Amino acid sequence: MPTDLTESIIEENAPEDLSIRMAIDEAPKPSAAAGASGTRVKDLLAVIVPPIVGVTGFLLLWAILAPRVNTSLGVLPGPGDVLGAGRDLWNEFTASRAESAAFYEAQDIRNAELAAAGQPLQDFKFSGPPTFIDQIWTSLGTVALGFLIGTVVAVPVGLLSGLSTLFKRAINPLVQVFKPVSPLAWLPIVTMVISAVLTSPDPILPKSFIISALVVTLNSLWPTLINTSIGASSVDKDLINVADVLRLGWWTRLRKIILPSSMPYIFTGMRLSLGVGWMVLIAAEMLAQNPGLGKFVWDEFQNGSSRSLSRIMFAVVVIGIIGFLLDRLMGLLESFVSRNRT
Amino acid sequence: MTHNIGRRELILGLAASGALAACGGSETSVLAAQTTDGTTPTSAPASSSALSVPEKASLTLGFIKLTDMAPLAIAKENGYFLDEGLNVTIEAQANWKVLLDGVIDGQLDGAHMLAGQPLAASIGYGTAAELIAPLSLDLNGNGITVSNEVWDIVRPNLPLNADGVPEHPISASVLRPVIDQFASQGKQFNMGMVFPVSTHNYELRYWLAAGGIEPGYYTPGDAVGEVAAEVPLSVTPPPQMPSTMEAGTIDGYCVGEPWNQAAVAKGIGVPIATDQHVKATNPEKVFGLRKDFAEQNPNTTKALLRALIRAQAWLDENNNANREAAVEILSKPNYVGADYDVIAASMTGVFTFEHGDTRPAPDFNIFFRDFAGYPFYSDAIWYLTQMRRWGQIADDKTDQWYFDAANDVYRPDLYMSAASSLVDDGMIGAADVPDTDGFRDPEDDFIDSIVFNGREPNAYLESLPIGLKAGQIVTPTGVEG
Repeated sequence: MPTDLTESIIEENAPEDLSIRMAIDEAPKPSAAAGASGTRVKDLLAVIVPPIVGVTGFLLLWAILAPRVNTSLGVLPGPGDVLGAGRDLWNEFTASRAESAAFYEAQDIRNAELAAAGQPLQDFKFSGPPTFIDQIWTSLGTVALGFLIGTVVAVPVGLLSGLSTLFKRAINPLVQVFKPVSPLAWLPIVTMVISAVLTSPDPILPKSFIISALVVTLNSLWPTLINTSIGASSVDKDLINVADVLRLGWWTRLRKIILPSSMPYIFTGMRLSLGVGWMVLIAAEMLAQNPGLGKFVWDEFQNGSSRSLSRIMFAVVVIGIIGFLLDRLMGLLESFVSRNRT
Repeated sequence: MTHNIGRRELILGLAASGALAACGGSETSVLAAQTTDGTTPTSAPASSSALSVPEKASLTLGFIKLTDMAPLAIAKENGYFLDEGLNVTIEAQANWKVLLDGVIDGQLDGAHMLAGQPLAASIGYGTAAELIAPLSLDLNGNGITVSNEVWDIVRPNLPLNADGVPEHPISASVLRPVIDQFASQGKQFNMGMVFPVSTHNYELRYWLAAGGIEPGYYTPGDAVGEVAAEVPLSVTPPPQMPSTMEAGTIDGYCVGEPWNQAAVAKGIGVPIATDQHVKATNPEKVFGLRKDFAEQNPNTTKALLRALIRAQAWLDENNNANREAAVEILSKPNYVGADYDVIAASMTGVFTFEHGDTRPAPDFNIFFRDFAGYPFYSDAIWYLTQMRRWGQIADDKTDQWYFDAANDVYRPDLYMSAASSLVDDGMIGAADVPDTDGFRDPEDDFIDSIVFNGREPNAYLESLPIGLKAGQIVTPTGVEG
C-alpha cells in the first residue's frame, strides 16, 4: 500500500477504505496455521457464531423497539411485517406475470380475428406497472451502464495521470472539486443537458435511464481514477529501469509493465466505484423517475399507506443485500487479479 | 448568442421532422381501426368503425398521486384505452414540475395536469411551452386543512349548527386571531400549496382574501409570491403535505384528496373548508398534452379523449354507484396507493372534517355530471384573472388578450369531436354534452358572492377588494401604482 504520496486526494480516500475492507476480508478466514482439529472447530465456531449472534440480536432489538415507535403511518413495522411485505411483493410479481400472459393471450386472439378480417395486427407490449423484481433489474442495468461508462473514462485518465506528473497536476483540482459533489446536485444539470442533447422522439433508451446512469458515472468514477493513478505511478523502479534498458516502446511499456502492475489497483478502485455507484443510484432514481428501486422507495413514501413503511424497509434490505453481493463479486475479481499479478 | 439560438432552432426542427417521420413509420401499421366486437373485454360497438387508426398507439401518461387522476386509472383498468386501440402505460411522477417537464420534452405523451399548468406554460409563466387542455378531468376535490394547534384556537369561536358541529362554510377571517397570536410570539403563520400555478394556490388565496387576509403577491419573474403577505404560502408536493405540517414547517395547507383525509386519519389536522365552499363548481385538473403532439396525432388524441370521457362517465354513473370499485383500483400501490379507507373517505360522497363530523359531500369530486369534462373558456379565463390578481401576470392585459390565451389552450373543439362520436355510439347521452359557446353564465357561487363573468375579465378584477388593480405592479417592497 503506497503511503508516501504527496497528492492528498489519493491518500485521503483509497488507502483508508481499503485497509478497512481488507480487515473485513481477512477476518473470517480460519488461520492457516491451525493444525489440530479441536482448534479448527474452535476457529470455525469463532467464525460462525458471532455473525449469528449479531444478526439475531439486531432482529430482537428491532422486534422489541419497533412497536414503540408511533409514526403517522402507524407503528414502525417489525421484522415479521417486513418479511410479509416481501411475500406480498413476490405475490404481486407472480400476479403481474399471469396478467401479462393473459394480455398476450388476448392479443393473440384479437390478432387472429384482425388477421381474418384482413386488418393489420396489434403488437403491443404489456403495459402493466413494473413489479419489484422488474425494478431490481432496472436498477442493476442502470448501475451497470453508469459503472461501465465510468470505468471507460476513469481508467485511461487514471493511467495518464499516473504516468505524467504534469497531467496529474492539471486534473487534480478538477478531481478535488468534483469528487465530493452529491448526486442530487448533479441531477438537475444532467437532466437539462440530456433533455437538450437527446431530442429523438423515440430514443432507444429512456431518458430517465440515461440520466440516472450518468449521475452514477459522475459520482462513481473517482475511486477508479484515483486508484489507477496510484497504480500507474507506483510501478517498481526496477521494472522501469529494465524497460529503459530494453528500450521498450511506449505502447509495449504500457502493456507489459504498467498495466499488469497497476491491475490490482484498478480493480480495487472499480470495487469502490461500484459501491459508490449503487449507493448513489437510489438517490438518482428517486428524482429522475427511472423506474428502479429508488423510484419504488419514493413512490411508496408518497403512497403513505399503512403498508408503505414495511415495503420500504423490505426494499432497504434488498438494496443492502444487492450492494453486498456486488461488492463480493468485485472482491472476487480483485483477488483473482491480485493473485495473477506475477 | 445568435449562433446558439440558430443551432437550437435547427435541433428543434430536426426533432420535429423526426417526429413526423416516425408517424409514417412502424407506429401506423401497429393497429387498424378496431371494429369487430367481442375482441376486447368491453368492446366498442360497431359504429365506432368511423374511428381511424391511431398514429401512435403505445403511449405513456403521467399523473400525480391524487384521487382525481381516477379517469386515467379507470380508462386503463376497464380496458377503454385498449378498446380505442391504444396501449397505455400510466406512470406516477414525483411532483408537478417533473410531470410538466416530462410532457414538454416528450417522455410523457400526456398527463393529469393542474388546470393552470397548460395556461401558464402557454403564456410563458414558468416553463414556456405550447400545451393544450382538450378535456377537464374533474370539478372540485380539494380541501384546506389546518393543524390541530390552529384548530384549537379557532374552534371555540365558531358558530355551531343544529347538529352541534361548526357551521359551514368557515370564513378565513377566523384565522385573524391566530395570525395575531402567532405574531405576538414572533412566529409567522405559514401555509402550503402544491405549485405556483396550481388550482390550490388560487383557491387558498381566494379563501384567505375573501376573509380579509393578504396572501401575498408575486414580483415579475419570481415564483415565491410572498410580497406583502400576512400568510406566506410555500410549495410542497401533495403527498408530503401531512408530514410537512406534522414537522411544523407549515400550519395548514390546501391540497387534493386523499391528503386532507390523511391528516384526519393521522389525527394531525382538521379540514376547515373544501373547495366547493370557496367556489361551488371549481374546475380542477385537466388532461394536458403538447399542441404539436395533438396536431400530428389527431386520431390518437381523439382515441385518448374517448377513453377518458368513457371513464369519467363510468365514475359518475348511476349516482356514483361505481365509486367503491374505483377506490379499490386507486388504492393499488401503482396508482394513488393510499389506504382504501382514506381514499374512500372523500370519493364515496362523504367528507370527514373531524372525528365524528362526517358530512355528505356528493359534489366533492365530480368527474362527469354538470358537463365536468367540457373545457370551458370561462374557466380558463378565471384562472388567468387569478394569475393577474396575484401578480404572476405582471402587467394589465386587455379583455381580448384573456380570450386569446384561453382560446389557445382550452380546446372544446377536440372535446366535442370525441364526445359527439361517443353520443353517436350511444355510450353517453346527448344531454351529457353541453350546447354552449364555451362561456358559462356569470357565476356567483363564490364564498364572498362576487360575480364572475368570463366575458369581462378586467371588470371582474376591479370588483375584487384584495388583489392587483389596473395599472398596479408589484415590486419587492410592495404593490405600486
